[in-house]
Amino acid sequence: MSAEGPVVRFEHVTVQFPGVLANDDVSLDIRRGEVFALVGENGAGKSTLMNVLYGLQKPTLGSLWIKGRKIGPRHDPLRAMAMGVGMVHQHFKLVPSFTVAQNIVLGMEPKRRGLFYDQKRADHDVRALGERFGLPVNTADTVGELSVGLQQRVEILKALHRGADVLILDEPTAVLTPHETDELFEVIRRIVAEKGMTVILITHKLGEVMALSDRVGVMRRGKLLGVLPTAETDERVLAAMMVGRDVIFDELREGAPGEQVVLAVRGLAAKDDRGLPAVRGVDLTVHAGEIVGVCGVEGNGQTELTECIMGMRPQTGGTVTLNGRDISRHTPRAIRAMGVSWIPEDRLSTGLSAKATVTENLLVGKQRQPAFSLLGIHYRRRNARRYAAKLAEEFDIRSGGLELPAASLSGGNMQKTILAREFSFDSPVLVISQPTRGVDIGAIEFIHEKILEKRNAGCAILLVSADLDELFRLSDRLVTLYEGQITGRFEAGSIDKQEIGYYMTGGRQKEARKA
Amino acid sequence: MSDVFNLLLLQNTLRTATPVVLCALGCLMTDQVGIMNIGVDGMMLMGAFFAVLGSYLFGSWLMGLAFAFALGVLLGLFYYVFSIKFKSDEFIIGVALNILAGGLTVFLLRTLFGVKGSFSGPGIVPLPTLDWPWLERIPVLGPVLNGNTLLVYVSWLMVAGSWVFLYKTPLGFHLRASGEAPEALRASGKSPERMKRLASVLCGVLATLSGAHLSLGYLTMFSENMSASRGFVAVACVIFGGSNPPRVFLAALLFGFIDALGLRLQKYIPSDLTSMAPYVVTVVMMVAVVLLRRRRQSTRSLAS
Repeated sequence: MSAEGPVVRFEHVTVQFPGVLANDDVSLDIRRGEVFALVGENGAGKSTLMNVLYGLQKPTLGSLWIKGRKIGPRHDPLRAMAMGVGMVHQHFKLVPSFTVAQNIVLGMEPKRRGLFYDQKRADHDVRALGERFGLPVNTADTVGELSVGLQQRVEILKALHRGADVLILDEPTAVLTPHETDELFEVIRRIVAEKGMTVILITHKLGEVMALSDRVGVMRRGKLLGVLPTAETDERVLAAMMVGRDVIFDELREGAPGEQVVLAVRGLAAKDDRGLPAVRGVDLTVHAGEIVGVCGVEGNGQTELTECIMGMRPQTGGTVTLNGRDISRHTPRAIRAMGVSWIPEDRLSTGLSAKATVTENLLVGKQRQPAFSLLGIHYRRRNARRYAAKLAEEFDIRSGGLELPAASLSGGNMQKTILAREFSFDSPVLVISQPTRGVDIGAIEFIHEKILEKRNAGCAILLVSADLDELFRLSDRLVTLYEGQITGRFEAGSIDKQEIGYYMTGGRQKEARKA
Repeated sequence: MSDVFNLLLLQNTLRTATPVVLCALGCLMTDQVGIMNIGVDGMMLMGAFFAVLGSYLFGSWLMGLAFAFALGVLLGLFYYVFSIKFKSDEFIIGVALNILAGGLTVFLLRTLFGVKGSFSGPGIVPLPTLDWPWLERIPVLGPVLNGNTLLVYVSWLMVAGSWVFLYKTPLGFHLRASGEAPEALRASGKSPERMKRLASVLCGVLATLSGAHLSLGYLTMFSENMSASRGFVAVACVIFGGSNPPRVFLAALLFGFIDALGLRLQKYIPSDLTSMAPYVVTVVMMVAVVLLRRRRQSTRSLAS
């Protein structure tokens, strides 16, 4: 097989974005019939490299070969597809109101009398395709009403229908339940073994790499650091390569949590935006100097839980107390005044005012203090600027200028701005949601250190995150949230990822395996 | 009241509904690609003027239609270039078109015809009326359906045609996809922008033809602001009908019925009040849409 030469070859591919080298002199061969995993942190350049292959991104330098043919400068998705390269994007490119068959044949519909859509033939073709690859679908279903796993199947079939034999999967498991993930892996193994497909898997989950791939390439800051046969490596080595140093977290926490319960949530219930129960009787306590992590698949009530505590969402039952004092059913401003600070999950809409300056964003909440406001009328600009500059230095906020809109900051610096503001209140309680989502590695380190500093200083912290590694690293205790209820409680040190995964999915995963 | 509720009322309904039907079908095309073109009212007005101009200059209704058609293509491209290609605000462009139409037609009316207010005369050739004896023989409705002008029948064909186009042909699929999920279409190697251009041109043509019906269908005259905001009513019909051609057609008929009823009630009620009727109905329709949508949403979330 290897005698045929690589199915895809990157030669010194460099992609220059304004201010960033997204791909830095990457040379890589993908062999026919293998599962190749491409790993790296956010922003490492994995997706950019695959966009080059799929014709969505033109390389600044270097060249690309597909099946022995050099690719010209006019490469685009259409040409990529014609050469057998298909891509399943992380965000599906499907038309929700169309049927499964209509989506799969989109752009190359069979026609009747040269004008009309030939539904019979489309349905037949799609069904035959599904059978051939062992991916059955209901051709007449409306795609928008399918589960995410089935939508992904439609995407895969769409690529196969266009004759793909090299399939790029961009973070395919990010949106799947564990059971759907298992099914996807089955499918990938089968199409590689039986149909001789080549699969390129973009991911940052090392467990998947080990389970599925033949070889793995590690990227960091645009560079391809190396390609290893999966059998000859392990997660630890890969993690160290991805991050650029050995990753040891454990001794960051100092001292045991205090005895005093600071934040107590009792029987909390709330509805989501559609009016359906989202939080269903949650009991939680957070002690002084303790981080309690909330883990769960997104959409299981985490958002509503934090919004309730902060007074952003009406609760339908239960209480929230701070040092024994009931703080529920107050306005967000009152709750903040009583000593709760919040880092919300959506930094652009809730965390910051994107159009206001960095200074103004750092000041929010303190604008009424005499230092910044003369009799509540005059804004004391100079004091505000001096204060903002001090915070920016302390929290290493790198901006083009503190008088620029917050929207001009990078994700990591936006997050640091919010952190700086919220931490500066010196509140006894911190509610933190997704502190490092979409943030680069350097900033993640910094943010984690700052959060632990707060913990060590005696703050009671409730941490909600979709990132299990983050939760494991920071939390003293962990609870799992599933469909608005707490399904498991764990002490730090006694935590087993498998076990957590089981509770996060309400036990469905284990049952599915039994079945 | 038998002088109000009779067959003539239905005839008037068709007559007043037709421009709204055509215009709404055009607006529906742009709505399907994700743009709400409120400039259709101005397009209708300019169409009405140019249809009269073509008919008058060449002494032929066919040339009147050709003028309106050509203008529709141009306006559609104009709308495409500014609102889609240059991505300026679709509402601003729509408002600009409406204001432009009002000013331009008044200006041209004076410079070309030397009149103020309105232009009519024997030189303007109206659209032909079609007479099918077999249609006449249908009991009750026969006389209503038969003997209308050309564009009335064209508008019915267009309702069916646009439905077939949107829901039965690949081109129509692409047009709808370009509004709902442009990236999906692009990933399939088709250009959403081309589909939006097509929709924009179709919208322009249908809107100017609706204008031609106004000025050459029954009246054979052009008067200032003769579209009388029917374009906005068409926009409302599109929303009311959920961008589905048959439903939009029914919404337009409802409007025509109310309009016709108002006209015929003028004997009994002051005309200032009756002429409000279609617009009051429009508001009521919009409220109904919101209420219906809300109910649908709550039942759906219960089901899930």
